[in-house]
Formats: sequence, C-alpha cells, structure tokens
Amino acid sequence: MTLRALLPARLVPILLVSGALLATVAPAWAHVFPDHSEPRVGHVLDTPPPAVRIWFDGAIEPVFSTLRVEDAGKRRVDRNDARVDSSDRTLLEVSLPSLPPGRYQVFWSVVARDGHRTEGSFPFRVK
Amino acid sequence: MSTRRIAILVWALGLVAASTQSVAAHGLIGQRFFPATLAIDDPFVADELSLPTVLHIRTGGSDESPPTLQTDLSGELSKRLSPNLGLSLGGTYTFLDPIPGKSTSGFDNMEVSLKYVFWQNAEHETLLSAGASWEIGGTGSKKIGADSFDTVTPQFFFGKGFGDLPDAVDWLKPAALTGALGLAIPVRRLNKTFSLDDDGNVQTTHDLNPKTFNWGFSVQYNLQYLQSFVRDVGLPAPFNRMIPVVEFAMQTPIEGPHTGRTTGTINPGIIWFGRYMQLSVEAVIPANTMTGKNVGVLAQIHFYLDDIAPKIFTWTPFHGVLGPTQPQ
Repeated sequence: MTLRALLPARLVPILLVSGALLATVAPAWAHVFPDHSEPRVGHVLDTPPPAVRIWFDGAIEPVFSTLRVEDAGKRRVDRNDARVDSSDRTLLEVSLPSLPPGRYQVFWSVVARDGHRTEGSFPFRVK
Repeated sequence: MSTRRIAILVWALGLVAASTQSVAAHGLIGQRFFPATLAIDDPFVADELSLPTVLHIRTGGSDESPPTLQTDLSGELSKRLSPNLGLSLGGTYTFLDPIPGKSTSGFDNMEVSLKYVFWQNAEHETLLSAGASWEIGGTGSKKIGADSFDTVTPQFFFGKGFGDLPDAVDWLKPAALTGALGLAIPVRRLNKTFSLDDDGNVQTTHDLNPKTFNWGFSVQYNLQYLQSFVRDVGLPAPFNRMIPVVEFAMQTPIEGPHTGRTTGTINPGIIWFGRYMQLSVEAVIPANTMTGKNVGVLAQIHFYLDDIAPKIFTWTPFHGVLGPTQPQ
C-alpha cells in the first residue's frame, strides 16, 4: 500500500493539528520511572556491588523515596542508608555490605516533585 | 514541498519533541502500566483524551453496495467522577468513498459510557471493571448508515499482568492480557419497511435488529517492564517505551439469520508511551472472509490529561482533585 493511499488528503489537517499538539506539550513534572541502574536489572555480577544505584528520569523527593535490598530468604541486606544524591536529584542509592553469592531483589518507591508516586522491584545475582 | 509532505514533517517533528520526554504512568496497578488500546476498551478509568483515532480501510463490495474506501476520524474524552468511576463521551466522523460512486460523509452516533473498577490486586497486577455504553440513536447521519435507534451495551472488562509468574519464565513477566465483553442490545427490536407489491398493495417487512455479543482481548508485551523490572537488555529510546500488541475485536450475533456467525478483526501493532501521551498504530486484518478481505490501518494519538495538568483534569464532583493516576 502506498503512502498516498494510506494518507488521504483529508487527513492532512488532522496531522498538522496533532503534530502541533505533540510539539507543544509543555514540560511538566509527572511520574518518574527508572532510567538505568547499577547493578543492571536482572544481571549476574562476578563481584558483589558496593551499592545499589538507580537513576530516574526525573527529580525525586528525598523524604518519600525508599530503597531496600532483600536476599532470597526475604531478609533485608542493605545498610539501611537509602538516600537521594544531593548533587543529582535523580539518583537514589543505598549501600551494601559484602554480599555472598545468591539472588537479590531491589525494592524501590519514589515520589516525583509534584507528588506522583511510582514503585517497582528488580532482581540481580552475585556469583 | 507539498502540503502533504509538510504535514508528515510536522507530525514527525512533534513525535521527536514528545519523545524527548520519558515514560508516563497511566493505568498503573502495582508496577504494571497498561496502555489505552485502540480496538477494544481498556479496563481502567482515567482522565484522558483520544484525538484523533483514524481508521482507514477498503471494505469489500457486495450485491447491494460497491467496494468502499472508509475513513473514520474519532475522538473520545474520558473523565473520572471518583477514583473508580469514569465517564466517557465519544464520536466518529465517517467518510465513505464508493468505487465507483459518489462520496458521502457524516457523523456516526454519539456514544456515552460509564465504567466502574470494582476489584484490583496490585501484587497480581489484576483489575476487573464493569460498565455500560449507550449509543444514542439518531445523533448520527443516516447517509453513512447511523442507526436511528439506541443501543445499550452492558460490559465487563479485565486486565491481567503476568509479573507474578515464577522466575523460571521471567521473560513472560512483561506480558499482559486485557479483555472486554459486552452484549449490545438494540432498544428497537424490529425495523419496519413498507413497500408496494405488483398489485399496489402495501407490504410490510420486519427486519430484526439482533442482539450481538461483542468480545475482544489484547495480548501485550511491555518492553519498559522488561527493561525496568526483569532484565535490562539495553534497549535504547524509543524502543524501551514500546509495547507490541495484538488486539482481537469480535462480534457474534446471538439471534437472527446470522446467529453465531462471528466477524471481527485481528490488529497487530505497536504502542509507544511517553510521560504525557501515547502513539499507536495497528494493522486491521479481517479475522475471516465474512468480515472482509482487505487490510486497513488504525492509528491514534492519546493524551494523559491527568499527567498533563492534574490540578485541572482530575477534579471530581464528590472527591475533589484526585491527582494523577497512582499505583494501586
């Protein structure tokens, strides 16, 4: 099917208006979600990580943001010092002791600057 | 540069501008995000706007009508009245271009829907809701075949994410299923048609407006869920915010001469979701020869009003300002 067949002339104004709408959606705070993390989600590490760090796609509120790490027996193993980095408000981190080999689960809950809350969890393994 | 090419360019620029924003949250239960689907209604209530939804398809000809190019431009506004109760108002403008024949166009009937989420479980990423839609007969144009009578459709919806599957099958955790079941009940049971026979006598025929079971479901695979909660496979933007989806939208008359003859479409496509909106495109493939033989295209721009301006769009009459959709 050709582009001409897919795009009748009457759709042109619709595309123009919707394109303009897309381009002018004003930046604003909304839910934040993880952008990337250390350790990476679901990966296997040769050496225990010193900390878990999650970078979000927006700034988060330190007071309402939590991060903890549990082992396979659901025992908390982090140092209970979860914090938002003071120089990078998108970074949430918690320190870890030297972890023995095994499977671990990271649980996070964060609140964006305007009160949008998101939460989630992900696994990683230590050889 | 032609106007058409300029339009495509503006749309593409808008897409790029929007893609610099990142993920949205809409239809959240636990850590599961459910997008708005195109062919069937999703199980959530939310403050959102679909504008436009575009369907373009060539319908097959019959003895009574020639092959026709059909283009539908639709819009739907949804508004929460309480955290679990939502109201929607939708309309469609249809263009019909018979081959050969004279083109015609007009509004289809307006539709009003009410939906209530009555059960949800965040741990199992499960949601159940029920509602009813009312197609208001006579609000559309007879030229494009809009019914002159009302049709009421009680509906049941479900959504299920598979994040609770065991780790042995963790690649299936990003998958999800949604569904919508409804019984379309025309308020007018029979259409009377008057004609003159060869002797000049008035003949009256009665055509049944059959009740129809509308059923559909969607199978989704959320790449953001894979990337953020199961395994970081290194997908770059915009792929890390895409949801491959297949929708099945079916209708089965339960009375009349076509009882049990199911028609419908199977729609494979892609949904991309950002922080404030989603973009979707699907192929529309007839499920069987009774439905047709030509493939169409369905596309939608969908705005998350509760994320764009929560203080304005999440106001409700009895619960004040709800704020954005939050994980349950």
